[in-house]
Amino acid sequence: MAGDLLTAEALAAGYGPVPVLHDVDLRVPPGTIAAVIGANGAGKTTLLRTLSGMLRPTAGRILLDGRDLRGTPVEQLVRRGVAHVPEGRGVIGELTVEENLRLGALWRRDRSDAARALDEVYQLFEPLASRRRHLGHQLSGGERQMLALGRALVGRPRLLLLDEPSLGLAPRVVAQTMALLRQLRDDTGLTVLLVEQNVRSALAVADQGIVMSLGRVALAAPAARLRDDADLRHAYLGF
Amino acid sequence: MDRFLFLTLDGLSRGAVYAAFALALVLIWRAGRIVNFAQGAMAVAAAYVAYSVTAVTGSYWLGFGAALLAGLLLGAVVDVAVMRLVDHRSPLNPVIVALGLVLLIQAILGMVYGNEYLPARTPFSRTALTVGGTAVLSPYDLFVFATVGVVGAALVWVFTRTAIGLRMRAAAFAPEVSRLLGVNVGGMLTLGWALASGVGALAGMLVIPTELGLHPHAMDLVFVSAFTAAVLGGLDSPPGAVVGGLGVGLLLSYVSGYAGGDLIPLAVLALLLTVLLLRPGGLFAPVAARRV
Repeated sequence: MAGDLLTAEALAAGYGPVPVLHDVDLRVPPGTIAAVIGANGAGKTTLLRTLSGMLRPTAGRILLDGRDLRGTPVEQLVRRGVAHVPEGRGVIGELTVEENLRLGALWRRDRSDAARALDEVYQLFEPLASRRRHLGHQLSGGERQMLALGRALVGRPRLLLLDEPSLGLAPRVVAQTMALLRQLRDDTGLTVLLVEQNVRSALAVADQGIVMSLGRVALAAPAARLRDDADLRHAYLGF
Repeated sequence: MDRFLFLTLDGLSRGAVYAAFALALVLIWRAGRIVNFAQGAMAVAAAYVAYSVTAVTGSYWLGFGAALLAGLLLGAVVDVAVMRLVDHRSPLNPVIVALGLVLLIQAILGMVYGNEYLPARTPFSRTALTVGGTAVLSPYDLFVFATVGVVGAALVWVFTRTAIGLRMRAAAFAPEVSRLLGVNVGGMLTLGWALASGVGALAGMLVIPTELGLHPHAMDLVFVSAFTAAVLGGLDSPPGAVVGGLGVGLLLSYVSGYAGGDLIPLAVLALLLTVLLLRPGGLFAPVAARRV
């Protein structure tokens, strides 16, 4: 469908000779949240790594705004509006909070807007503002989550790729994170593709649920249907 | 007492050079987890460039500038043309390649310039000034302190205060995350090599005239001393490199002053062995940070 922000067509990828993804199709319309859910080893993280170019697809293609991403180096992707918060959140422990955040906007030419975005992140995540000079590894799990999200947001992305944002966090922090994603979608039109094992939290905020199983998309459906249709949930999610 | 003072000041001057050279080793170690065993040979190559430029132009300072430039370029070339092609999965590979580079560079220098010692000038007098009848520092010692101080301060400024320094640190600590944030990680590594090699060339320019002169092997013992200094301070720690360098300089000055210059290589190796046995991480080894 024309107008999708992110499209993957017949995508295949893997590590060395080991194939992980097979024939993956997905579409994420702008201003929506898509949740990729599935068991351990279903290929969710591999999918994200392939979408952001860290892993080269062995077949198929990825379109951003209808333009093929093939040949776009990973470090150019932020310039096209894609922010990837990797597995484990990727906070650089040896750098301070401020340095981590500045790093997220260093590529931007519009320095005044970069400074504004930094201020906005400090307003959005107040605990970070009081810990500017703390090193990344001194932060709690929740603060690290804020830092990882904030560092992505200072780049003012159009598409946010999130790998397991709920991992290792208290339920309250997970709920806050999901609420924030919804707020960003509604207020700024941010598009989010998140990978989650925490199916309930993910479906609570998502517009679309993409169920993966053994490296394939088993089902892509409106999240509301996955939430409400007990038969579907039983068949694909096992609860 | 006068002699002790003289040896101390002389040791600090020598140590400043070791500190600079150790700093160059630390820079590359932090950027790419490689101990650059070729750094001594690279610095000598840069010093030969200075020799040629000075011979043609008659100006020490043009030669000095040319050496720094040659050092920067050589570092970048070694990274792009050699180290990047090495499979880094085994840490031994880059070490062996660096040792191979030493042989290659020294052989080329020997073929081009010959294997005799060439005279190396200093821009200032090496005769110690006397204060109240006591020989203290020479003008050249002061030049060494000033140069190493300025370069050290400049490096601190670049790494802690500038965007490019932030990129370089991020690329070293977390290459994958840095790429996701738009950092050209390969470029930062090359820049790190260039900077380190430039600092190494500077150290070579400062120390070679105080030893026997210019020779393809002129930096061999200096390299061992500076490597010991870097290990003493901890390969990960720039302040450690400076403290280690000054410490090694002092030790060697006392050894050569009180026990004889012949014992210097032995003293260096004994110190290296002691550090590796007692505190292999170095004096300034950071407490293992929690991985995040």
